[in-house]
Amino acid sequence: MQLARVIGEVVSTVKDANLSGVTLLVLQPIDATGANVGRTLVALDSVGAGTGEHVFFVRGREAAFPFYPSEPPTDASIVGIVDHWDVE
Amino acid sequence: MQICRVVGTVVSTQKNRKLEGAKLLLVQPLTLEGTARGVALIAIDAVGAGVGERVLVVIEGKAAGDALGKKAAAVDAAVIGIVDHLDYRDDV
Repeated sequence: MQLARVIGEVVSTVKDANLSGVTLLVLQPIDATGANVGRTLVALDSVGAGTGEHVFFVRGREAAFPFYPSEPPTDASIVGIVDHWDVE
Repeated sequence: MQICRVVGTVVSTQKNRKLEGAKLLLVQPLTLEGTARGVALIAIDAVGAGVGERVLVVIEGKAAGDALGKKAAAVDAAVIGIVDHLDYRDDV
C-alpha cells in the first residue's frame, strides 16, 4: 500500500456495469515527507474519501477485494483515510 | 487506472483464441493537463469507446479479463469507462 493525496474526481457515465455507484478519485502518490512522487492515477474509493484528504491505496488484483462480492475492473483502490502519520 | 486518449484501433486476424471478438484500441496515456505521457498501449474495449475520446484504462490482467468477460484471457489492459469530465486541484 502507498500514501497519496486525493486531488480530484473523474465523472464517467458510460462505464463497466460493475463500476456503477463507485466513486473514481484522482490520486497523487506522496512519499513519507508528503512530497509528490510519481504519476497521478485514478483509483476507486471504498472508504468515502474526498479531495484534499490523505489516503492509502492498494494496487493490483487485490484492489477489487473491498467491493466483494462485486468484482469491479480496477488496478487501484483507496482502502483507508490517513488521520496522521509519523516518520522517526 | 490511467486517463488516456483513444488514438486508434488495432485490427488483427490471426490472434489468440481468447481475443476473438475483442475490440482492440490504441490508447495514449495522458497527464491530468491532457498532454501525452509515456508510450501508447493496446487495450481491449469494454464500453464502446471511439477514437478521440478520453477514457479510463485499467492496467491489470485480472481486471482486464473481467472486463472482457473471459477467464484466463491473455490481456493486460482494458478501457472500462469514458471520461465525461475531470476535476482536479493543484493546491491540495
